[in-house]
Amino acid sequence: MSLPPYQESWKGSIGTLTLGTERNGSHTVTIGGHTTLPFLGFEGETRPPVIALEVWDQAPADWSGPLAEAWRDVSADAVAWAKRGVDELGVDMICLRLVSASPDLADSSPAKCSEVAEAVADAVGVPLFIWGCGDNAKDNEVLAAVSRALRGRNFLFGMAEEDNYKTLAVSCLADNHAIVALSPLDINIQKQVNILITDMGLPIERIVAYPTTGGLGYGLEYAYSIMERSRLAALGGDKMMSTPIMAVVGAETWKAKESIADETVAPQWGALKERATLWEAMTAVTFVQAGVDILVMRHPEAIAAVQKTLGTLAG
Amino acid sequence: MLIIGERINGMFKNVRAAIAEENKDVIVDLAHRQVAAGAHVLDVNVGPASDEPARAMVWLVDTVQEAVDVPLSIDSAKLDVFEPALERCKVAPFINSTTGAQDKLDFFLPLAQKYDASIIALTIDEQGVPSTTEGRSEIAMRIMVSAMEHGVPMEHLYIDPITLPVKAVQDQCPRLLRALGQFRQLSDPSPHTVIGLSNVSQRAQEKHLLDRVFLVMCMAHGLDSAILDPLDKELMDSLITAELLLDKQLYCDAYLEAYRR
Repeated sequence: MSLPPYQESWKGSIGTLTLGTERNGSHTVTIGGHTTLPFLGFEGETRPPVIALEVWDQAPADWSGPLAEAWRDVSADAVAWAKRGVDELGVDMICLRLVSASPDLADSSPAKCSEVAEAVADAVGVPLFIWGCGDNAKDNEVLAAVSRALRGRNFLFGMAEEDNYKTLAVSCLADNHAIVALSPLDINIQKQVNILITDMGLPIERIVAYPTTGGLGYGLEYAYSIMERSRLAALGGDKMMSTPIMAVVGAETWKAKESIADETVAPQWGALKERATLWEAMTAVTFVQAGVDILVMRHPEAIAAVQKTLGTLAG
Repeated sequence: MLIIGERINGMFKNVRAAIAEENKDVIVDLAHRQVAAGAHVLDVNVGPASDEPARAMVWLVDTVQEAVDVPLSIDSAKLDVFEPALERCKVAPFINSTTGAQDKLDFFLPLAQKYDASIIALTIDEQGVPSTTEGRSEIAMRIMVSAMEHGVPMEHLYIDPITLPVKAVQDQCPRLLRALGQFRQLSDPSPHTVIGLSNVSQRAQEKHLLDRVFLVMCMAHGLDSAILDPLDKELMDSLITAELLLDKQLYCDAYLEAYRR
């Protein structure tokens, strides 16, 4: 007697979110829509994650050697940086970080930020994830202006947090964008933020969760287990957890000492460039298995390695 | 936790009058409100006063189905009411209820099989309600075997260990709780369990308090379904909180609201 194949059938599913538009040579990207765990295509619908290249609106001053080297000639020009990512690396999205808006740095005006964001959007044709500078008060001004400037383009904006979500939620609702909800490695707050945002009228289908990311050696397992638990809760029928999930891999791994210390400091660790790009790629691939939907990445070789792995896994 | 809404029952005066006058508004309103409050299944019972119970039940089934699309639980003491009503159901219904008496099982289980219905089975047999936990388990076992013989799958079987009024037979409450635990050990997968919650508070003064405390105690012993009044908000809040404390829902500060989404 042969054993019948065992298949899990889940009550819930992950919402499908399409970002971007098909107007003026642009194209859309769709994430989520899972009805089972990653890569279990024999059980239900799954969709591999997309990669967003992290691009700054000002040249990063203190990036690790190999990373700074990879983008040196374009790092002062967000448009050229983003275009290279899309044209040469084939990334699916651009994560534009409006770092220069920070009052501690250039303190760029909302108008200036909008101008850059529009220029990048027009140049690349892929959906953008617009990420503020991290200063809540300034972000509320800047992101509202950028959201308005990019009205109707159906982009992604972040970060909404438990204690600062209203302004951004209102903007996304008014200008037809989706929102990224940040929770600090806390699955209960992840659910709470989703409830708060949906209370504002933005449907759960327009939210992407960012449960924050721990890089390899720096809490990766913990971040992984939170991502996995949140996916299991959603598939188990918890509608308020049914969002696609983001991991910000590049920014996490490139601050680890393993991605900074060169061969003179740590000869036993091997060549810095290989080590650091592997650190980013390994972290990303791990989250792929936990069910991540958007990987925000930095180094071209790490991106290429993850793309190759995704191609192999997706068959 | 599967919630079976109890409010469309001819025991309630307004429902009895609505059935007698064929006044759909009252029924439709109760159907909408119960589903909005969290009922997954609606119990329909024409009550003991109806002259033509089979005809009244068909009217009730049609009326509720015009308003909502949740499964209905056909609830009657009269055997000839069931088949005409089951025939009308658009979604796989519930039969409420058979007992463990062999003649009842032989009548109801083929109906459940024919209409793909779930069936509530009371642990009563030819000798009446057993006074012990073991007596309840013994009848539950007989019901399960009979269900298997009639091709009714275990996931369609809801065993009711008989809730008795605390005011009359106080010592039966802990026996029922133990029975709920025992039923879970009888097979794998185990049958569902269900109670008619408000029986526990019959003729008592603190009805609502008794109902919600007993519900939570039963849930802690493994109860996974109940016939209750979903319009009792404190009862529903207790149910949601119990599910949370049993780790069936993911905690967040707004968990009551999250459950109701």
